[in-house]
Amino acid sequence: MGLFRNLHDWLDERFGWNELLAPLRKKTVPVHRWSHWYFLGGITLFLFVIQVLTGILLLLYYRPGANEAFESVQHIMTQVQFGWLIRSIHSWSANLMVFTAFAHMFSVAFLKSYRKPRELTWLSGMILLFLVLGFGFSGYLLPWNTLAFFATKVGTEITGQVPIIGHPLMIFLRGGEEVTGATLTRFFGFHVAVLPGLATLLIGLHILLVQRFGISVPPKLEAEWLAKPAALREMKFFPNFALRELMAWYVALGVLGALAAIFPWDLGVKADPFVSAPAGIKPEWYFLFMFQTLKVIPSKVFFMDGEVLGVLAFGVAGAVWLMLPFIDSGRARRWVNSLAVVALAYIIGMTIYGHFAK
Amino acid sequence: MATLQSKSPALFASRCLLVVAAGLLLAAAAHAQTKNSCLECHSILSDNLGVTEEKFSQDIHAQKGLTCASCHGGDANNDDPEIAMGKKAGFKGKISHPQIPQLCGSCHSDPDVMRKYNPGLRTDQLSQYHTSVHGKLLAKGDGKVAVCVDCHSVHDIRPPSDPRSTVNPVNVPATCSRCHSDADRMKEYKIPTNQFAEYKKSVHHEALTVRGDLSAPTCVTCHGNHGATPPGASSVAAVCSTCHVFQAQLFDASPHKAAFASAGLPGCVTCHSNHGIQHPSDALIGTDDKAVCGQCHTEGDPGFVAANSIRDHLAQLAAAIDSSDQILSQAERSGMEVSAARLDLVQARDTLTKARVTIHSANVARVQQDIQPGLASAAKNYEAGKDALKERNYRRFGLGLSLIAIGIVLTGLRMYLKQIESGQNSQAT
Repeated sequence: MGLFRNLHDWLDERFGWNELLAPLRKKTVPVHRWSHWYFLGGITLFLFVIQVLTGILLLLYYRPGANEAFESVQHIMTQVQFGWLIRSIHSWSANLMVFTAFAHMFSVAFLKSYRKPRELTWLSGMILLFLVLGFGFSGYLLPWNTLAFFATKVGTEITGQVPIIGHPLMIFLRGGEEVTGATLTRFFGFHVAVLPGLATLLIGLHILLVQRFGISVPPKLEAEWLAKPAALREMKFFPNFALRELMAWYVALGVLGALAAIFPWDLGVKADPFVSAPAGIKPEWYFLFMFQTLKVIPSKVFFMDGEVLGVLAFGVAGAVWLMLPFIDSGRARRWVNSLAVVALAYIIGMTIYGHFAK
Repeated sequence: MATLQSKSPALFASRCLLVVAAGLLLAAAAHAQTKNSCLECHSILSDNLGVTEEKFSQDIHAQKGLTCASCHGGDANNDDPEIAMGKKAGFKGKISHPQIPQLCGSCHSDPDVMRKYNPGLRTDQLSQYHTSVHGKLLAKGDGKVAVCVDCHSVHDIRPPSDPRSTVNPVNVPATCSRCHSDADRMKEYKIPTNQFAEYKKSVHHEALTVRGDLSAPTCVTCHGNHGATPPGASSVAAVCSTCHVFQAQLFDASPHKAAFASAGLPGCVTCHSNHGIQHPSDALIGTDDKAVCGQCHTEGDPGFVAANSIRDHLAQLAAAIDSSDQILSQAERSGMEVSAARLDLVQARDTLTKARVTIHSANVARVQQDIQPGLASAAKNYEAGKDALKERNYRRFGLGLSLIAIGIVLTGLRMYLKQIESGQNSQAT
């Protein structure tokens, strides 16, 4: 303990360590029946860190390029010591991160934690969610297997449906008219350089905002506690909440390890651009609700192309959702919760429908 | 135009009239060329004499510009039936059945004529026909045998590449069976009528109709088309060997070649049958009930021993491949990556296929030599499967240990939290 004390004193003397940590010591976390939802942000952050660490390890062996990518992932899975574990954890962690990010978003929406003064926290969180989806979309192609190839083809085709900017955007994403090795190398660039850089900045901002404004309490409870301060219950952030969060991280680590060992991530078959797409091809589960919606929309709705209409509708819905803190005021307050319930039910319903649909 | 009009309106008008008149003349000439007075009547006549314009327009000859008169003579431009079908116009009327080959041959055997329409088409159909059973019987005065139109149809003859053609590979068996499955018709020739029924059960029919393989053999592949004749016992192997080259070469070098010839047995079909040929299986070789070797070999003779030995070798390799396949599938179901071993196992399967061809040599040593690499490959991949399962168990053991460690840490953290919080509570009170 003497060593730690000396190190602490050394840092404190130079950087004012105690002063820096003072807000953390004073920080508290409200305790109520929905407190467990507060863990989701931390778990998502933990999974992001896992992604960064396993991603760096995969980079030691992964080779981007249509002729090498599949073989290099195969090499990682079969020849590299614990390569299978690192790749499986990376893939499972990515999926769990998307899940916890969505769950975190909906918990914030239902607990109305986006209210003034936390509008920017919501906005930064939403952009982070889009980045997480971008990570998923770009990373899915990197093993260059058949499913990834055709899912990317379909996904970028949908992007091409956006009016005016759709086609140039599709060309930009693909690096040409078709999905080729050029697409793979630029997706690799997005996945390991552009998106991590942006995500790290935004995570920093998001955490800073969370620290600045403290943790939100649901409106009803907030009113009760204001009226009756004696009823207020809270725990210290450090060590009480931090240790609980650490326990949640350990549980997440156990789940990841179990998934990786029992269900190692499949490698599939190497992509062949000259064969036809396998029947019933579907994107990753987190894009399934959008994919299925576009599938069920008729090809023509009045004068508009069905797919274009679907893409526009998702764009409008995403924009409305993004602006939730600014909409949730006055009369609109009443139906914001209903909107969140409908959005959640729609996403779950269409995902299940898409999973079972042929 | 404005300049021309302003110079001389009368000259411009006269030129316009000239253009219109020339157009009308051209249209009239074109109408005269395409006029077919035959169809005007025959399209409304009943069955025997009726040929609709729609039907005839499907005919390759009509599409190449030939008319009714090209075969039947007469003058298709004349509306008067007496003149159009008069002797002066060279009208031949209905072509009698025995005369049809000669009529078709008048163009199809003439390279100069065929060069104008289809330079790639052979011109030996008629000479081949004369060598066929059909042609020979026709020459003997049998008017019921098949002539050109019986197979190619008439007035709506399509090229064989057209899927609707009666001589398209997919339709050939049905076309032949129209006569050859007719027991009454075949009675006087004393030939069986079950060929088509047998063929429909065969591996060749499956390849043709299920797999859509247009190169799969039909009646004409073995019997010939225009020169159709049943292959004799000595030429059956030659017919089969056009596709099954290696099997035929091995058979020719085997002791069976001479033995079959001396016994008058027709090569391939002795073991495989002809029209109803089934997908060969390893059960065909050996000496049990389903095997064919026992038809000639009896217990104790060298062939009997060799047949059993070959059967055992094939069974050994097939079993080794199955075992490897099963263990690799089990590893795959456990999420293990064994695609390299799977690919390697394909080589073992190829070896088995090769050995199944080599059995036509009736040489045990050669079969044994062929299956050795396959056995080695299957054994190697079985080991790869075993290793994958061992690795799976190692992973699960590691997972168990990790979960225990995580469980211990979680319990420790929980206890530590309790301790801290009880201290905080006591401080608060």
